[in-house]
Amino acid sequence: MAAAAGSIVASVVAAGEPVIPNYGAQSSSCVVHNHLFCTDWVSHNWGPVLWPALRGHILLALVAVGIGFVISLALALAAYRYGCLERPTTVITTILYTIPSLALFELLVAPVGPNVYSAEIALVSYTLLILFRNILTGLRGVPAEVLEAAEGMGMSRRQALVRVELPLALPAIVAGLRIAVVTIIALATIVYTIYNAGLGVPIHTALGEGPFKTELIAAGGLAILLALTADALLVLVQRLLTPWTRARAT
Amino acid sequence: MAQAAELELRGVSKRYAGQREPAIHGLSFTVPAGDVCVLVGPSGSGKTTALRLINRMIPTTSGDILLGGRSVLEREPKELRREIGYVIQQIGLFPHQTVGENIATVPRLLGWHKDRIHARVTELLELIDLDPAEMRERYPAQLSGGQRQRVGVARALAADPPLMLMDEPFGAIDPINRGRLQDEFLRLQAKVKKTVVFVTHDIDEAIKMGDRIAILREGGVLAQYDTPREILTHPADDFVAQFVGADRGLKRLALTTLAEVRLIEPDTMTREPSANGALRLPRETSVRDALSLMLTADGEPASVLDDEGNVEGLLTLALIEQMLSDEAAEAPHAGAGAGSSTVIEQTAEGGR
Repeated sequence: MAAAAGSIVASVVAAGEPVIPNYGAQSSSCVVHNHLFCTDWVSHNWGPVLWPALRGHILLALVAVGIGFVISLALALAAYRYGCLERPTTVITTILYTIPSLALFELLVAPVGPNVYSAEIALVSYTLLILFRNILTGLRGVPAEVLEAAEGMGMSRRQALVRVELPLALPAIVAGLRIAVVTIIALATIVYTIYNAGLGVPIHTALGEGPFKTELIAAGGLAILLALTADALLVLVQRLLTPWTRARAT
Repeated sequence: MAQAAELELRGVSKRYAGQREPAIHGLSFTVPAGDVCVLVGPSGSGKTTALRLINRMIPTTSGDILLGGRSVLEREPKELRREIGYVIQQIGLFPHQTVGENIATVPRLLGWHKDRIHARVTELLELIDLDPAEMRERYPAQLSGGQRQRVGVARALAADPPLMLMDEPFGAIDPINRGRLQDEFLRLQAKVKKTVVFVTHDIDEAIKMGDRIAILREGGVLAQYDTPREILTHPADDFVAQFVGADRGLKRLALTTLAEVRLIEPDTMTREPSANGALRLPRETSVRDALSLMLTADGEPASVLDDEGNVEGLLTLALIEQMLSDEAAEAPHAGAGAGSSTVIEQTAEGGR
């Protein structure tokens, strides 16, 4: 942290001068003059810098949302069946959600260490409230007469859950996943503070060097694009899985 | 085809925990196989509770329920329910499944082969007058209210159950379409001949739909169990008389068509229709409608026409009056109340 602060001070002092020390061999004049966006730098550094960061970012987010979804589904199913569990689960997941992210990352380093586990634990904890709430809302939204029909026709509780309740809760579940995924992709940019992975790494480097505009825009832009793409993919998945939601009287 | 099964309730009671009064008290009656039994009564009479005791969605406190001679209380509830068609007022179609998938629900639970399911769905869609090619892949949101109700009935019929339970199935439909659906269900029932227990709060619907009517009073006590005609002619007590309404004479007339009336012989008159007053009514007209038309025509007698359009006989207001008092004078059939053993001969009813 001290080194980063130092370089920011240095860049302020040397304002207006070329300030890119580490790219000498390949530096084009665009890079040297720190213009807004240098495509040559991006193409040279896609392989060594940007792609690994993007891949790491995707992995961080996927694992976090995946684990968060499994935990939330279990919690929501428990609270759906035993209503008394809803309040304590909501309180705990809300508290987790409200802890400032930087603080939570640092808090986890002491017991767990500055590694991927700390990063994932923190990210997962931010998905729980959103996913738990949405899954539970979706299940609770299944009309009473639909449940009565399912029971009256001889479905077991499990059959009703798998064949009727979960499919009908899908729109709410996917809505929760969309919020969780976008949130986690944004949050994962600060994982770099405890673990060297994700698009936060090149963003941090760029900020420390001027900022180096090209790298900042490229890495930041990738994070935004990733979030938008993931969101669009989830919309597509929902459309494929819930054709009935678009069926209207003809 | 599974045979319709006889349903027998033997002293069935239901008391909810923490409540002093039972919801259902000593209910006993038998529905012969293939008959429609309508449970009717004011709110709080436990008619829906009684229905749900039969498929064990509500546990029975005491007494026994026999379906085809076998106690339902010994059955595994899920298996029992797959053998009993179930239709509710709000229909409860699965919105995420197509019409075909909805109808296939119970056959799928029973593990039928998919070819057999496909054929059965086609058969049922044709039975309820929906074009399989067009309707099978639709979602419930794409159907009209009446179509949804018919699909609900088809879904309940899918595994060819020996018994159907229907809880105010037409309660949420507007009056015009309700009448159509009622007629349609009666035509369907004439084909499938299921044992049906049908809950309604509407006495007119009960009279129209029921081979037998069980009138429940508050506290889930059976007030009278009999044919519609018998209930209208000989109500067991003041409660029943009040419940069926002051117009029970008129309701009785609605059950009879002119074809069943002993008309005044036309031999003193010419058979030419034109010579016999303004009112000429086909023999399928109900006596109630005939009366209404005659009153509008200043009480003039009406000529009843046979199928060829010839005058079959003459109907007068005095004749209708005579008819009502004759019926009322007949000895009431035994068994009002718990009348499970009475078998009452019925002439063909209007609209059947």
